[in-house]
Amino acid sequence: MKQEYIISAYSENHIGLLNRMTIVFTRRKVNIESITASESAIKGIFKLTIVVNDEKEKVINITKQIEKQVDILKAFYHTNDEMIFQEIALYKVPTKALMETDQLEKMIRQHNARILEITPEYTVIEKTGHKEETQELFNGLTEYGVLQFIRSGRVAITRSPIEKLSEFLIQRDALLAKI
Amino acid sequence: MTAKEKETKRSKQQNVEISGSEAVIRSLIEEGTEIIFGYPGGQIMPIYDALYDYRNVLRHILTRHEQGAVHAAQGYARATGKTGVCLVTSGPGATNLITGIADAMIDSTPLVCITGQVASPLLGSDAFQESDIIGISMPITKWNYQITSPDEIPSTIAKAFYIAATGRPGPVLIDITKNAQVGKFKYKYAKCHKIRSYIPEFPVNKEKLNQAADLINSAKKPYLLYGQGILLSRAEKELKQFIEKTGIPAAGTLLGLSAIKTNHPLNMGMLGMHGNYGPNIKTNECDVLIAVGMRFDDRVTGNLKTYAKQAKVIHIEIDPAEINKNVKSDIALLGDAKRILKLLHLLAEKKKHLSWVNEFKDAHEIEMKKIISSDLNPETLGIGMAEVVNKVSELTNSSAIIVSDVGQNQMAAARYSKFATSRSHITSGGLGTMGFGLPAAMGAKLGIPDREVVLFVGDGGLQMTIQEFGTIAQEKVPVKIVVLNNRFLGMVRQWQELFFEKRYSFTEIFSPDFVKVAAAYGIPGQLVNKRKDLNKALQTMLESKGSYIVEVMVEKEDNIFPMVPAGASVSDILLCVNDIKSSN
Repeated sequence: MKQEYIISAYSENHIGLLNRMTIVFTRRKVNIESITASESAIKGIFKLTIVVNDEKEKVINITKQIEKQVDILKAFYHTNDEMIFQEIALYKVPTKALMETDQLEKMIRQHNARILEITPEYTVIEKTGHKEETQELFNGLTEYGVLQFIRSGRVAITRSPIEKLSEFLIQRDALLAKI
Repeated sequence: MTAKEKETKRSKQQNVEISGSEAVIRSLIEEGTEIIFGYPGGQIMPIYDALYDYRNVLRHILTRHEQGAVHAAQGYARATGKTGVCLVTSGPGATNLITGIADAMIDSTPLVCITGQVASPLLGSDAFQESDIIGISMPITKWNYQITSPDEIPSTIAKAFYIAATGRPGPVLIDITKNAQVGKFKYKYAKCHKIRSYIPEFPVNKEKLNQAADLINSAKKPYLLYGQGILLSRAEKELKQFIEKTGIPAAGTLLGLSAIKTNHPLNMGMLGMHGNYGPNIKTNECDVLIAVGMRFDDRVTGNLKTYAKQAKVIHIEIDPAEINKNVKSDIALLGDAKRILKLLHLLAEKKKHLSWVNEFKDAHEIEMKKIISSDLNPETLGIGMAEVVNKVSELTNSSAIIVSDVGQNQMAAARYSKFATSRSHITSGGLGTMGFGLPAAMGAKLGIPDREVVLFVGDGGLQMTIQEFGTIAQEKVPVKIVVLNNRFLGMVRQWQELFFEKRYSFTEIFSPDFVKVAAAYGIPGQLVNKRKDLNKALQTMLESKGSYIVEVMVEKEDNIFPMVPAGASVSDILLCVNDIKSSN
């Protein structure tokens, strides 16, 4: 059964590594729903978060193939309910719409969104949440004319009390000491 | 130079600045490189210039095409167990390596390929002979890296050799921009021993080891499959001791061949599409299947849905990504085959499985009657591939390294060669690269000059890399070449006959007179048309000091049997053409 999985990979910061990782998906014709990359809590180690919609077997296989890459420290896969995750969306609407009716202001309040910038021509609204939530606001705003819309990739954190990577790095050091 | 002089020279050299190019050569020497297979060109010229000063230390083999260089490096690596080294220029030089790198990746062959690259300010400008070789080679290398500054050279080369040879071996590519080749820096070499993000071999899980031993000890019909992992981890002795103690019958994959002697009483033969009858059908009859250093390739398993479903599977494998990839294992033992077999040997009980082993022997009798005896003593006027292979095996007393190309010649070579020592069979397994044979045989012979190296190659495959006759002639590499010429792309023709209603779509192939072509390069040889001339021709070939070619005109439309048709179950292996007709 296909469902959404979050693959998180920790890597050394090397040029081309993102390419090496995405090739693993391309080769198996698996679509990447979203991808984010940034430095982790540990200096020099990057964290990549990739969302895919596929069968568990395939996700396990992909996770192993990612981890097999020499510069990847470790890769994990999780279902959505095993992680707390968030996306951010930005919406640009005409300021005129905001002035003409108070509906727009209400909508922003109801969705817990906030305004980042107001100019005479446009207003930029920001909302964080799951895709359905940012989509819902988008649907509401279309009535007033959305000039621009962008949604980020997913960032996710596990529900376990400590970062899995720290645990992993301790084990890894022990392994390396034996080599 | 004495060791002491060398040391003083080295310490002196460490304080002066040298070019990146010289650093490349010296780093290669530090890693024990003896032979480089390569081809010069614009963006690699500084390294070739540095090589000129070291030409008495490092042997360079100028191939006739970069594909020849990479296959030769593969042959060298497969025969010696050392890392093969290639040196080529940017652009087309680099892209010509791709087939060989892909081949080495899928067949786990350690290679370090060095490519020249345009100067770093020109990267991405579509400069002359610029190609994005890092991007191109990414999916088919274990690791690759672009060097843009000379001081990265020693550490990158050290890392490359470490990655290529450890864990599950594979090809590594290093792309060096011209400015990094000519730039100067203070050279210092240190070998690489570990990388934080890379664990070549995981420690053995003792609990799983005990579970595996229990399963093996209680098995009634245990069966062991060995792959190239045995050769790569040098576990030949451990494998032999393990099967002898436990009495477990064993069969090899195409790349595992020669890990144990062909005529060892517990060696039941070869697995796979054109493997032996018993080894294939018994996969679906055993109760415990122990797979060591193999990856359950589809040519071995046939239809996975019906593969060894009755058996408990123990998978001994160094690459975690291979566990449960194709066949789900009940117990996965991650780690080096040699180490694990040694430990299992201690826990395994001494046993004999005589009646089970006899079942394999019965199956062998059937194969003997239906296939082998007629393959070896055909009633046809034309010569069969099997009898040629068998004759070579007899005449060399099974002591030669057998290299084959791809197709029917490959299957005949694998089925009918007998092996007495390890690392005696070199062929392109996973990728099935036609044209692999000739350069690989050359590389193998350069790596192990003391052993006879015999190549079996078809008329199609030979023409893919025939230019390497030039290298063999120039470097005087005494490779023995047996061309099995059926005037067809034989394996494809076989499939067309069996599965495409004999519609021979573009498989009939014209060839030159190979003996004359070889003669033009100064390589002697002879053509064999008649069975009665075969023995003498092969004898002459084997007695010849230099390279020699025997072109054997074989039966045009012979088929390789048995055969597990693609997608069929291993238990539905076919023994003859009529079997296919009845199964349709």
